[in-house]
Amino acid sequence: MSRDPLRVIQTSVTQSPVIKTDQPPSEPAKQKGRFRPALLLHEDHDLCPGCGEPIAIRLMLEVIEELGQAQNSIGVIGIGCYTAFTSSMDVDLVQALHGRAPSVATGAKRMRPDSLIFTLQGDGDMVNEGLQEVIHTAARGESVTCILLNNGVFGETGGHMTATTVLGQRTKNSIEGRDADYHGYPILIGDLLAQLGGTVYAARGSVHDAAGVVKTKNMLRRAFESQLEGGGFSFVEILTMCPTGWFVPTAEGPGYLDNVLGAVHATGELKNHERLVTTAQLLAETRPSGP
Amino acid sequence: MTRRLMEGSEAMVEAAIAAGCRFFAGYPMTPFTEVLEHFAAKLPEVGGVCINAESELEAVGMAWGALATGARAATGSTGQGLALMQESFSEMTRAELPLVVFHMARGQGDYFQATRGGGHGDYRHIVLAPENVHEGVALTQLAFELADRWRNPVQIYGDYLLAHTAEAVVIPTSDQPERPPKDWAVDGSLGGSGRSRNLNPLGMEKGTKGIEPEPFWKRLQAKHDEIAKTETRCDTESTDDADVVVVAFGSMARFARHAVRELRKDGARVGLVRPITLWPFPTDALAEACEGVKRVAVLEQNGGQMIDDVRLSILGRAPVDPIGGISSDAAGFGIGPIFNPDNVRERIRGALEGREVAA
Ligand code: SF4
Repeated sequence: MSRDPLRVIQTSVTQSPVIKTDQPPSEPAKQKGRFRPALLLHEDHDLCPGCGEPIAIRLMLEVIEELGQAQNSIGVIGIGCYTAFTSSMDVDLVQALHGRAPSVATGAKRMRPDSLIFTLQGDGDMVNEGLQEVIHTAARGESVTCILLNNGVFGETGGHMTATTVLGQRTKNSIEGRDADYHGYPILIGDLLAQLGGTVYAARGSVHDAAGVVKTKNMLRRAFESQLEGGGFSFVEILTMCPTGWFVPTAEGPGYLDNVLGAVHATGELKNHERLVTTAQLLAETRPSGP
Repeated sequence: MTRRLMEGSEAMVEAAIAAGCRFFAGYPMTPFTEVLEHFAAKLPEVGGVCINAESELEAVGMAWGALATGARAATGSTGQGLALMQESFSEMTRAELPLVVFHMARGQGDYFQATRGGGHGDYRHIVLAPENVHEGVALTQLAFELADRWRNPVQIYGDYLLAHTAEAVVIPTSDQPERPPKDWAVDGSLGGSGRSRNLNPLGMEKGTKGIEPEPFWKRLQAKHDEIAKTETRCDTESTDDADVVVVAFGSMARFARHAVRELRKDGARVGLVRPITLWPFPTDALAEACEGVKRVAVLEQNGGQMIDDVRLSILGRAPVDPIGGISSDAAGFGIGPIFNPDNVRERIRGALEGREVAA
């Protein structure tokens, strides 16, 4: 057995600027802090500092608003840290069981074909607990959009291995790092879904930096647009920071996301109607020299 | 209105569609399969949808989504398939979704599953047990009414005999009285208004942080207490002067009724109590019907499940004895040799004579 799992992990990660909390924020920072998307009832939340999920949720709400779908959207929400946002997202919501959101979305869409129906799920929710749900929903070509917030751990339980945890990644139940011989390999869910006939759009974005945020927002827009065109299943996977579940300092979260998770779950469009690309191809394009 | 000869599965599906059911999802399993087949054939004709789900987990999830939009929707299976759905059943009860479940069980061994459930937390389902196809039709329509009235799941507990016996029945036409609008259902329209909905099993409210489980669970408890008070249904026959009262439900009660009538012709003082709602169990009606009897004989096709509820109703005022037992066909589909008029009559005669009746 190969017992050198950590070699896969690049340990030097880029630092993000630390926000000083021992003095009042600057005026631009205050303005930024007061900003909230129209579809968010209030800006309070209990998620950790440096968490990537609120960024992804903001993008999703902005796109719904920009597409004029605020009064036509139904979200089906999984169980994870992001579930806390069900009390503040100003969109009609249905809370699903862990893993079961794609089926609930299917039932809702079949009864309301003109509504914009999306799921919001984490990697534990979608790729562990409910993998067959999302695969069959895609295969049936349901015109719903499944959004995956992928941070490679069960953040809410405190940082445990999921089906997307990359080799070498330390979690509370793979304490020496994920070892292929012992724990098996991560699932590249985007590839699984992209190759199914019912899928019209599949993409993987990341919110580790500003460029990634912009690209991710465009992916969400394209996914929702393909749903509104009625073509079939659409999927956006968003890599998000989870410094708490990774046991890294908050400021190192974005760098860790890009260097560790992003080096396996490469970002880019996997399917846009007829155009099909694999993660391996994306990796070769975006990181020719390897991780 | 014309009578048509239909097997139970078809008749109940027709009744469901007449009651406005427009969505069904299921996974085939004997003896429930024909319910799925009939929904698959008939729902598209009325603009509805029937999905052959990838498993029972997804079937109930799909019904959840359809119900959330305010549609009348159902799922179903046998006890085995329902075992897989239990997590959703308990959470859908907390999300207050009016699910109707067609349970075509492999016999009566799923009484505990139906009335206690295998899900988590405090929750209750209304359980209706039709004796024959004619009543299957009526109780199917009642199931949709009760589910909406209480915003609570309702299960129809049938079996192989109910699903596959053909009877001449009339399906009431679909001109239902106007149903009150479901203002709790999600349609997306309140997005951005500050009053958007969150249909959830956690007691979570929009605009507030966190959850307060205790008051939420207590409110549901109060609702279930109210259902228990108001929705019991029970059928009694010849109990006024009875020495022995037989208690039986569903198909078993059909055989018991036949035997009780035959024994009455011979002058035996025997009566029948048939719970129609297995939950809420008709405790008071049963206790009243059994006042002054020498013996209460429980005829059920299982190792002794409903007998617990009978004993809790009789509270020691008369001996309560089992006269049924486990009885199965070779395939385990729930049509055992106990379903035989002579067999049932002899068991009841044994109870009348004070003999112990072997299972
Ligand atoms: S545990 Fe991870 S996913 Fe959860 S709130 Fe904290 S950083 Fe975000």
